[in-house]
Amino acid sequence: MKVIVLGATSAIAETAARLYAGEGSELLLAARHRERLDAIAADLRLRGAVRVETAVCDLSAAGAAAAFAAFVARLGGVDHVLLAYGILGDQQAGEQDLERAETTLQVNFTSAARWILAAAEMLQRQGHGSLVVLGSVAGDRGRRANYIYGAAKAGLATLVEGIAHRFGNSGPRAVIVKPGPVITPMTEGFANRRGLLWATPGTVAAVVRRAAARGGPVVYAPWFWRWIMLVIRLLPASVFNRLDL
Amino acid sequence: MTRFVPSDDILSWGRVLRARHDVARPRWRDELPALVREGAGGGRKLLGIGLRRSYGDSGLNPDGAVIDMAGIDRAITFDPAARRFRAEAGMSFDAVLRLLVPRGFFLPVTPGTRFVTLGGAVANDVHGKNHHRTGTFGRWVRGLGLVRSDGREIELTPDDETGLFAATIGGLGLTGLIAWVEIELMPLASAMMEVETIPFGGLDEFFALAEESDAAFDYTVAWVDCLAAGEALGRGLFSRARHAASGPLAVGARRGPALPIDFPAFALNPMTVRAFNRLYYGLGRRKAGRTTVPYDRFFYPLDGIGGWNRMYGRRGLYQYQSVVPPAAARDAIKAMLAAVSASGEGSFLAVLKTFGDRPSPGMLSFPRPGTTLALDFPNRGASTLALFVRLDAIVREAGGRLYPAKDGRITAEMFRAGYPDWGDFARHVDPAFSSRFWRRVAEGEAG
Repeated sequence: MKVIVLGATSAIAETAARLYAGEGSELLLAARHRERLDAIAADLRLRGAVRVETAVCDLSAAGAAAAFAAFVARLGGVDHVLLAYGILGDQQAGEQDLERAETTLQVNFTSAARWILAAAEMLQRQGHGSLVVLGSVAGDRGRRANYIYGAAKAGLATLVEGIAHRFGNSGPRAVIVKPGPVITPMTEGFANRRGLLWATPGTVAAVVRRAAARGGPVVYAPWFWRWIMLVIRLLPASVFNRLDL
Repeated sequence: MTRFVPSDDILSWGRVLRARHDVARPRWRDELPALVREGAGGGRKLLGIGLRRSYGDSGLNPDGAVIDMAGIDRAITFDPAARRFRAEAGMSFDAVLRLLVPRGFFLPVTPGTRFVTLGGAVANDVHGKNHHRTGTFGRWVRGLGLVRSDGREIELTPDDETGLFAATIGGLGLTGLIAWVEIELMPLASAMMEVETIPFGGLDEFFALAEESDAAFDYTVAWVDCLAAGEALGRGLFSRARHAASGPLAVGARRGPALPIDFPAFALNPMTVRAFNRLYYGLGRRKAGRTTVPYDRFFYPLDGIGGWNRMYGRRGLYQYQSVVPPAAARDAIKAMLAAVSASGEGSFLAVLKTFGDRPSPGMLSFPRPGTTLALDFPNRGASTLALFVRLDAIVREAGGRLYPAKDGRITAEMFRAGYPDWGDFARHVDPAFSSRFWRRVAEGEAG
């Protein structure tokens, strides 16, 4: 198995990469921080990865996605692509400062969309492979706490669903995985991250790995978020807008 | 922005003390110097923590800061020819074994759970059922990285002459933050263990079995029915084992189901504990003999039940683990078992083991030649603590001491009597680091 991980230093991506390593996969890891990438690469090799390549780059930079074909060439092919980078952004600051809002949208949606479209083209051409993108339940309905981030994730979901539709039954697969809140550095400031609604990176990574192998184009992590978000989407605005979610 | 978030869910394995901590959960070694600086800012005390398998308060730092190292858990280097393995301090023994067993290597020393971190194993200088052969974990540490609050990142090896390496082995995390650990490994021919279980009727039989078995078996340990009284006092099951000479190198089973809730307080009462002990002894007698089992069944029987400590209910449990020197061992162990039996404070897990004479490099290391007895008790408040005071007197009289990783209540006096070199150790403690245990025993702070 040849796997490209975009945003490999994210906690969920690293844990998913460990699952791939345990299967004896070949991985290409892309992220900004060289030292951290090297630490992950050494670890994955010892955990069983047959080969680990690293690419130090700012994935959100304009034009970065042009490197996708080179990544595939370095790995000598690709079976799975996991896109896992993103930033939560500061919702309140983004409401005042449009530059900051734009950064949240650019990193989470615009830049990611270029990688996703590049990967989709590659998978379509070769006729097989899986593209797994990390979305969020925040994209299912806009909430005042994080709707800028949520809008970007909603955009990703629509994009990936569209690609899954484009692939149809021709072979390749595209999946958007929507985790609920996860105990990762992204949510570090949140007090008391525990209880049934908080997942660990390990739980989400297992869902990601499974989603790459089989299942539909929209997957929640853990599964129960599908039903929670269904209820939340169905709430009439008159009720929803009074809730402090 | 602060990396330390107030939290009230940091508990030790005993779950007796509930307190507030400011918690940081880093994922990268390069974050540690800045985190240590921030954690120690404004006179706040700091402590590194791992998977929280210490029972008492040596891994707690109430109203201070803790750095949860469990997210810094990567393998760094492995050299099969030199039998060396280096990994980040938050890596668990479970993860280490998954990596190394298929490659034909094993941990030279392992405690009774594989859910401890490398850093925790160093900080508590853990021991295993092979102590009589291999000594403590600290004997196998070939290097470690320590982040001190003065901003230094120090690499320490056993030939360190400053004393900081010796202080860090068994140093309860007080000498700084352990960032990575390098150990020497043991070659392994098979993941299977050849185990022999032998019932014994009393302590004299235990000591005879231990003496005979320690010479011929890598691993020895005994379970004692500590509620048996009179004639049956000190009866139990002796278990001795070695790695099979050939066989598969398969990794052990995954973790089983976890206890989802705290058991109610009445679940463990003198009657159920007595019944359990009788049943366990009876079953063990019937199943006695030789078997071959996967290593995890032999080393980690309790890991099969995630969160078994919740069986003890919301008030939690205490473990009382002592070691007494060989000359006094028979009388002291007998006296302790008699005191437990008379108190009616039942213990599910009473474990007896003889320690060998291989010295640990650690200044504050618990194991010493003699016999160790570990007892688990549900926390019933004053009556449980009163029993411990009686046990303390026996241990002290025998010239023994208690294991800090298990302790949440001994007096400063009792600690200092057991660890006469504690003053030398204290000179190596990082001024920004502390724990509730340390404040109790070194600074005399009341519990």
